[in-house]
Order: sequence, then C-alpha cells, then structure tokens
Amino acid sequence: MTATIDRASETAAPSPFAPPDETVTDTPRVLNSRTPDDALSFWGSLVGSGALVWLLYTQILPFSGRIGFVVCWFIAFLVMYAGVTAMGNPRNVVVDRLMSAIVRSGALFVFGTLATAVVFTFMRGVEALTNVNFFTDDMAGVRPTSTLDNGGILHAIVGSLIEVGLAVIVTLPLGIGCAVYMNEVGGKFSKVVRTIVEAMTALPSIVAGLFIYTTLIVTLGLSRTGIAAAAAIGVMMLPIIARSADVVLRVMPGGLREASLALGASKWQTVKQVVLPTVRPGLATALILGIARGVGETSPVLLTSGASTYFNANPTNEPMNSLPLFVFSAVRSGEPLFIARGFGAAMVLLLLVLILFIITRFLARQKVGRR
Amino acid sequence: MTSTMVDPFHDIAPDPEVAREIDPGLPREDKVFHLVARAIGIAVLAIMGAIGLFLGAQSIPTFARYGLGFFTENQWQPENDTLGISAVLVGTFTVALVALAIAFPLALTTAIYISEYAKPRAKSMLISLIDLMAAVPSIIWGLWGFFLLQPKALHFSHWLHTHLGWVPFFHVDTDPEAASWAQSRYTASAFIAGIAVSMMVLPMAAAVMIHVFGQAPIGEREAALGLGSTKWGMVRTVVLPFGRGGIIGGSMLSLGRALGETIAVVLIISPAFDIKFRPLEVGTSTVSALIAGRFGEATSAQLSALLCAGFVLFIITLIINTLAAMIVSRSRSGAQE
Repeated sequence: MTATIDRASETAAPSPFAPPDETVTDTPRVLNSRTPDDALSFWGSLVGSGALVWLLYTQILPFSGRIGFVVCWFIAFLVMYAGVTAMGNPRNVVVDRLMSAIVRSGALFVFGTLATAVVFTFMRGVEALTNVNFFTDDMAGVRPTSTLDNGGILHAIVGSLIEVGLAVIVTLPLGIGCAVYMNEVGGKFSKVVRTIVEAMTALPSIVAGLFIYTTLIVTLGLSRTGIAAAAAIGVMMLPIIARSADVVLRVMPGGLREASLALGASKWQTVKQVVLPTVRPGLATALILGIARGVGETSPVLLTSGASTYFNANPTNEPMNSLPLFVFSAVRSGEPLFIARGFGAAMVLLLLVLILFIITRFLARQKVGRR
Repeated sequence: MTSTMVDPFHDIAPDPEVAREIDPGLPREDKVFHLVARAIGIAVLAIMGAIGLFLGAQSIPTFARYGLGFFTENQWQPENDTLGISAVLVGTFTVALVALAIAFPLALTTAIYISEYAKPRAKSMLISLIDLMAAVPSIIWGLWGFFLLQPKALHFSHWLHTHLGWVPFFHVDTDPEAASWAQSRYTASAFIAGIAVSMMVLPMAAAVMIHVFGQAPIGEREAALGLGSTKWGMVRTVVLPFGRGGIIGGSMLSLGRALGETIAVVLIISPAFDIKFRPLEVGTSTVSALIAGRFGEATSAQLSALLCAGFVLFIITLIINTLAAMIVSRSRSGAQE
C-alpha cells in the first residue's frame, strides 16, 4: 500500500508522461498463483475419492481396518486428482500437482508420526505423571505391582543429570580444545587427529558401552557405578562434540581471524577474543545437541551403570540408575503399572531433551540479536 | 644489488651480508597456547586411538580361535563353543535396509517440502522440528514401535504376506489364509524393528538433504522458472541433480546410524539366529542386540568374541560413513567444505 501512496505523490508533480487529471492507483498483482481451479480440483478430488473409497471399502468389498482405508483413500485421491487436472491442463501441470501432493503428504506423514510418538508417550505416561510422589520419591522397596501413588523416579532423574554432567565436564574442554587445535594450530599432526575423530564418530554407542564395561568393570574390577556410566557416555559423546565443534569452527569466516592477526594480536588473543566469541552460538547449539544425544542414549548405561532402585547421588560408589535405563527396565517388566511408570519416565526424558533443545534455539537466536 | 651502489647511509644501514630475522618466533603466550592445544589434541587422539586399538586387539584371540568361521557360522552358542556372526550380520543389514527403504522416500519428500514448498516463515520452524526429531531418544521410538506400531503393523505384514507371499522376501512360515491366522508369527520381526529405526534415522538424512537443497544456485532456479518450468519441473531439473551427492551421502550416513541402533531393536525383536531374508517373520538378531543381550553372562573369552562382533560392526559403519563423506564432498554441492 505504501507503494501506491508514493506513486500517487510522485504523480502529483506535473509529469509530461502522465495525463494530468488521472490519478494512478496501482493495485499490486497477486503473486500467489493459486486459482479457483487449483483449489476446487484439490478439494473435489479429496472429497470424491474419500466417498468412493468409503463406498467400495466399507460397503462393497470385504476389507476392514483404518490404516488400509487411509492408504486406499490416498491412492484414489492421487488418481482422481491427476485425472481431474488432466481434463483441462497440459501434462507438466498434472505432474507438478501430483508431485506437490506427494511431497506435501510425505512431509505431513513425517511430522504426524513425530506427533503420534510424543502424544502416545504422554497419554500412556500421564497416569504416572499426575502423582507428585513420581518426582519426589525413589523406587526403594516399591514392588512392581504397587500402585502409582508410591514410588517415583527421582533417583533416575538425579542419576541421569549426574552421569551426563560428569561426562560433559570431561568431554566439553577436550572436545572444544581438540577442535581449536585442529583449526587454529593445524599442522600435519592435526590432520591425523581429525581423521581419527571423524572415524570414531562411527563408533556404535553399544560398542562404547562394551568398551567401558570390558576395561573398567571386568578388567579393572570396578563395580557398576555412576562414574562408569559417565565414562561410557563420555566415550560416546567425545567424537560427536569434537566433530561438531570442528565443523562450526571450520565455517567461521577467515577474514575476522586475519583482521585480528593483522592488527598484531597473538594467536591466543585471536582465539580468545575473536574466534570463540564469534562461533559461540553455533558452538552452543552443537554441544547441546550432543548432550541431548548423551542424555537419551540407553545402550552405554545399560552395560555400565546398573539399575538401582534407591536414591544415590554418589557416582563413585553403588549403582546409579538413569532415565533411559529406568524406562527400559520398566517396560520390560511386563507389569502394567510398572510400564505406566516407564512411560512417565519416558515423558520426563522427552521433556528434558525438549528443554535442552529450547535452550539451543535461544542461544542460536542470540546471534541475530547481538549483531 | 644495493651493495654495489654508493650508499650515503652506509655507516648506519644494517650489514647487508647478515640476513634480517624475518620470523621472530611466536610470543610466549602463543607457545603456551600451542602446547596446551597440542596436548589436548594428543589426549583426544590417545583416547580415541586406544578404543580402536583395544577393540582390534581384543578381536585377535577370537579370530585366531574361530578363523573365518566366525563370519560364516550363524549360531551363537558359547556353551558348545560355536560362535559366529553371519546370522546377526544378515539381521543387522535386514533391519538397517528396511529402515532405509522407509526412511529414504520420507526423508526426501520432507526435505523437498521444507526447502522448496514450505512458506519462508514456517521453514525455520520446520527445520528445528527435524532437529528435534533427531534428538528424540531412541528409547522413545522403541516404545512407540513396540506398544503403538506393532499391533497395527502386524496386520500390514499379514496383508503383504497374503497378497505378495509368492515373493520370497515377503514370505512367512505360516498359512496366511487360515481362519485365525497366527499373529505371533508376524510380531517381533525385523520389519517392525526396521520401521522404528527408520523414524530414528530419517531426520538425519533429511537434515543433510535440506542443507544441500538450500545451496542449489538461485540463478539456475530462476532460469528454470523463467523458461516456464513448473515448480516440480524446477525441483527435478535443478535442485535434485544439484543435491544428488547430498541425497546419497545423507542416506548412507543414516544407514550407518541404523546399523548401530540398539535399544529400539532390543525392545522389539525376539532373538533368533537363523540366516533368513524374511523380514516379516518373527525373530531376528542384530550385532548390537546380541551385545546387549549377551554381555551379562559372558566369560572373558565370550566377551572378547562380543567385542570382536562390535569391532566388525564398527568397521562396517566406518566404511559406510567414509564413503558417504567422500560422496558428499566430491559432489557439486559439497564443494564449500
């Protein structure tokens, strides 16, 4: 609309080209090229195919089942949509509309599946989540068949936080330091380090757990503790964090770095004052995604931590349960009430990941705000 | 050259015969910085290298004892001293390939939708949704697969068997036409585990594809649209050929992840050690499920065999990841890294 006003004020000045008393009112052309034909053939095909499939599927043919109905409806819709479009359009428009429908429904299906997973976990877990003791109690002395108003998962929440916290304290400086070394110091040897780090990102998490199990627990004879679990998580996370930090540092524009060096700053000053502050949002994003992976991974803790039922905040002694491990053992027990606790714990785990994720988004957005 | 000329400042000019020090060396704090950074690099290398070497070293006794039979034997019976990973390797690949077969088309359409069809404002939100999906813990997908998917998917398996059972791949060892068909023959199968794993690896492939599609040159897109191409025509002739490396590389990366997936598979499958290519049928095993199931009761020799199986899995994943990285970096879209 502002464009119209500007144009109008321009034409107020005498112009040799414009007829004197005709006011120019430009209406911008609608860029959205969706015509009534498009909308009608879409909705018409959708409704028509739905009705047809309903008639054939449920009334005439001996089929049943909701999933089969939806699949048939989708196929019938595609055929009908193509047919309707072909009546008044050239072939490439038919293909375009068909592919557009397929691409959109594929994406819809994926996000729908993600939604079912979250909603399903919540629905099954809500029974346990509504009890306050679920967050304030541990499972000591609680039988699998006990009702949900006694016992809780505090020990697993605290255990997860301690184990991942320990793993992060060790892997964070190592991972970032390694990435800084590979990018800012360089040299032939750093290429070897980079190759090995990239290779180790292929290490399956269960093998990382088995490595710690064999070395710390079987060979050195340590018992299953929080620290063993933290070591397993750390071994799994270290290559992931080092690699993602490396990628973030590598795409940093070289001009900033060179400007700092050209002003006479030493390399350390450049790293401290220029490189790390510049990549901080990207680094934080990469790290928190690595942490989310560490919190959620079950297989390393399955082998190393031991599933305790009681509260234990000491990682060096006694087994320490964690959220994914609690979920795993709960749903394997086969007791309906215990499975409900498992789903409750799974929902807590999902929320924990979501919180980490929101922090990530927040940190990533700061980049825009600060510059 | 200057030394041959008569130089009025000859007395105060530096002696031309002695080369001036151009590189004064690093300042002291940089020496410390280099030292510390290098030490961290060496520490990481040592930790990572130690794991690789340890796995390799632990595999030697197993290879020495069972030889190539370790790869051809299908049973895992430590009590009879017959150990082999052929069945679990077949199972691992079956689950991973089922997962990839489901994840690939969905990841591709999702990536095309997000990068080409979604409105600009929705785009960044959808990308973070894909990232969030990648961060969903695998145990959640395991629960989803076991409690929600399995009761529904076995009907689909049964339908596939009834109508496509003549294809060996869809065969199940039971009568599909029986009045009350044997539901238990269709549960706990590689197919159902594969679906759960596919949801886990899908966002990984989609993220790589979105990244690559986003780099398709704007000039070529506009050229295609300017020549009268439809949107899909533009995607097919510009975006997809440009992103081919990313499509292949992203899928291979997700295949590597699918091979190592543990918990969702352990929750869903029931262990079986036959070599079979019938993913719809009950029972299979994967390397990671084998490790998760057998580490507890293992003696040190068996533990070494499990480590060896893990080492083989690691090497396979490593090869796939390396190939994927090579494909991505050689393609036109990967040139920036």
